[in-house]
Amino acid sequence: MADLRISFAGIKSPNPFWLASAPPTNSGYQVQRAFEAGWGGAVWKTLGEPIINTTSRFAALSFNGQRVAGFNNIELITDRPLEVNLKEIYETKKRFPNHAIIASLMVEPKQEKWHEIVKRVEDVGVDGLELNFGCPHGMAERGMGAASGQVPELVEKQTYWVKEVAKTPVIVKLTPNITDITITAEAAVQGGADAISMINTINSLMGVDLDTWNTIPHVAGKGAHGGYCGPAVKPIALNMVGECARNPLIDVPISGIGGISNWQDAVEFILMGATGVQVCTAAMHHGFSIVEDMLDGLNNYLDSKGIASIMDIVGKAVPKYSDWGDLDLNYKVVARINNDVCINCNKCHISCEDTSHQCIDMLKNENGEPYLKVREEDCVGCNLCAIVCPVEGAINMVELKQPLPKMTWNERQSNIARFKIDKVAK
Amino acid sequence: MSTLTGGQISLNLIDNFKEIHPGLTKREAIEEANRCLYCYDAPCIKACPTSIEIPKFIKKIATGNLKGSAKTILEANPIGASCARVCPTEELCEGACVLNNETKPISIGHLQRYATDWAMQQREPLFEVGEKNGKKVAIIGSGPAGLSAARELSLLGYEVTIFEAQQEAGGLNRYGIVSFRLPTEVVQWEVEQVKQLNVDIKTNTVVGVDITTEELLNQFDRVVVAVGMGNVPHLGIEGETLKGVYDAIEFVKRTKMDELTDDLVGKRVTVIGAGNTAIDAATTAVRLGAANVKIVYRRTKNEMTAYQFEYDFAKQDGVEFRWLTTPTKIIGNEQNEVVGLECLKMELGEVGVDGRQKPIPVQQSEFVLETDVVIKAIGQSRHLLLIEGFGLEHSKGVVEVNPETYQTSKEKIYACGDVIFGNGQGEAMVVTAAQQGKEVAEAIHRSFVLQSEIV
Repeated sequence: MADLRISFAGIKSPNPFWLASAPPTNSGYQVQRAFEAGWGGAVWKTLGEPIINTTSRFAALSFNGQRVAGFNNIELITDRPLEVNLKEIYETKKRFPNHAIIASLMVEPKQEKWHEIVKRVEDVGVDGLELNFGCPHGMAERGMGAASGQVPELVEKQTYWVKEVAKTPVIVKLTPNITDITITAEAAVQGGADAISMINTINSLMGVDLDTWNTIPHVAGKGAHGGYCGPAVKPIALNMVGECARNPLIDVPISGIGGISNWQDAVEFILMGATGVQVCTAAMHHGFSIVEDMLDGLNNYLDSKGIASIMDIVGKAVPKYSDWGDLDLNYKVVARINNDVCINCNKCHISCEDTSHQCIDMLKNENGEPYLKVREEDCVGCNLCAIVCPVEGAINMVELKQPLPKMTWNERQSNIARFKIDKVAK
Repeated sequence: MSTLTGGQISLNLIDNFKEIHPGLTKREAIEEANRCLYCYDAPCIKACPTSIEIPKFIKKIATGNLKGSAKTILEANPIGASCARVCPTEELCEGACVLNNETKPISIGHLQRYATDWAMQQREPLFEVGEKNGKKVAIIGSGPAGLSAARELSLLGYEVTIFEAQQEAGGLNRYGIVSFRLPTEVVQWEVEQVKQLNVDIKTNTVVGVDITTEELLNQFDRVVVAVGMGNVPHLGIEGETLKGVYDAIEFVKRTKMDELTDDLVGKRVTVIGAGNTAIDAATTAVRLGAANVKIVYRRTKNEMTAYQFEYDFAKQDGVEFRWLTTPTKIIGNEQNEVVGLECLKMELGEVGVDGRQKPIPVQQSEFVLETDVVIKAIGQSRHLLLIEGFGLEHSKGVVEVNPETYQTSKEKIYACGDVIFGNGQGEAMVVTAAQQGKEVAEAIHRSFVLQSEIV
């Protein structure tokens, strides 16, 4: 039985699975049900001046029959008075003293507003604060959320204001709707953030109805961009977590968010530098009970690897994440087709023939039966055939040992430069 | 399993007895698992007699957590690997699947097999013995009910001894279910799982012969009677002792004990009865190389007790069905070998007490079916000697129990499985026996807790 407890910027949690600040954490009733189901923590739905929501609010992307491959929403922060939320936070914390309750906060970018709300939520016993600098719709139009989160100076300044009074750890939640998330992450660190969390949702329009020409979703025939999340955003989120984790100027823990649906996703984020993860869409799709397999699967994974604690794998894949210029240009893999397993769908051939490097031949053996073969000397090792291949094990990417030693682009360029200097010197 | 299909019958008999379905590939399993909706308050769980948390174990297959998946299944059902193969899933979990009218139900049985196959392939024990509580329980019979009770009692800390009359443990699953549906290795693994929990299984030990009922009651705090049923009773017609007349139970058992013999190759076989055992016997005969296999039944298809998928399976194997036909005499030649079966045509009359129309003979409808072999499959007899040896109240060999506690008329003796099935009491499914075994274990534990003997 592995130890699944985490300490995230000093916040203790029985396991790394937290519910993200979102509809699932709107009330004490919900958060308590979540804790009963096994969630280790919850980031309470963002507190601030109560808002008015629209109907409808959500839409989802079905991809070839797979429902909720992606999800978007135009719901805003809490629609309930601050007093009610604070009372319920207090009650929930009392019932579940060992679980992590984080208050997500969003107010106007004014020092006194931040000071006021921080004091009020800390008075009811929260374990930490998460500053919502990411909500991409509605609140942004009022100068909050992503509007302030896209301006590094505002991120730094507001974080600083919060840190002036906060007694609990401060997590800054970042928006992905920005060119380089490490800039705002650095700004949060500059402002004194104890941790960062990412990603918030991505600007999105889910679709357009082919008959009514309405947006999906629409409110009385009109739509507005929403925030995109769910399994489809995971690679985007994972990159942003990795970029921050490997940046030496961002030396604070990261809470990973974005399309995490099961324990495997969570392990990936943790390996890529997250100390814990936050989940929303998967819970909205299936209910709180999904955490049971997250815990069980993670535990069995760690046991099978002989790893005693989840904390032991935090960031273990970060050193493997680098820049393109540091990749070995002399490393070579080629595709190899296992004709015993191949079902002859020819998808590898046509994808290579039309869209890659024309190196998979359709041949016939002595009995006139078709088979596929890679001309390894022409294969560039792009993986495309293995990606489109529907049968596991039919195409393997195998390494060809190269006579040349490792040479990255950066090394190559510096060698050339040195060569030129040498030449000049001579 | 609902998707069993009759295979091609090979001249190599051993091939004919290999498990029919090869099991899902990894890809099939993951695709199927991802098709599961993960319903809340799922109807499949309610339809499972052992209440396996089906969406949970399927989700775990989807996330690659096969250990968790197998554990979820086996926690609820100690013989979940067998049940994955022999459960009438279309009448249980798969029949309840909400996708039935939308697309097609999730192949729960196949997925359950996939997860339990994984558990069988790796050797790591999935459960640990409970802390000893000092109490001893004897279980008579190592079939589904007995194994299930033993597993649960062991987890609760009881010292459990199973007494098994046969050479090997497993009961019905070991000897009574054809190996092309339930391979012996699966049953042996399930027995192994129970043994790993320090359960002592004494095989070749007949209670009442090798150990008396009194000795048992003196040596153990509680006794569980899980002896199932016996062989096929006599037909009560002429010719039952001829060469070539078999008891279906013994007939199937032989294929699971000894090497397969070719003495049925090219023969004509007639099976009497249309229950699941009759189907097993008929399809076994086909697989032993019989040239023609018929089932004769005195009622019609509507009244037969075989499951629909069993019937379909037999049809695919080429078994012929002769409805409204009752045997009156087995005809032999001078060498005392079967050569024919004299039968009467029947018609259905009024509805009887069991709700089925009674068959009535049609006057002067006698005819002879030429056959070389007759297999009797008209039900099973009861272990009366043992039941009465313990002095248990019973009705025609069906042991009477308190439906809540499975307690018999004797306070310290419990009964479960087929020994309590019949006369409108209980169900004869393997999975029901497994559940009863669990419930007996709980009831026994409760009885001690109530007496404050265990806290």
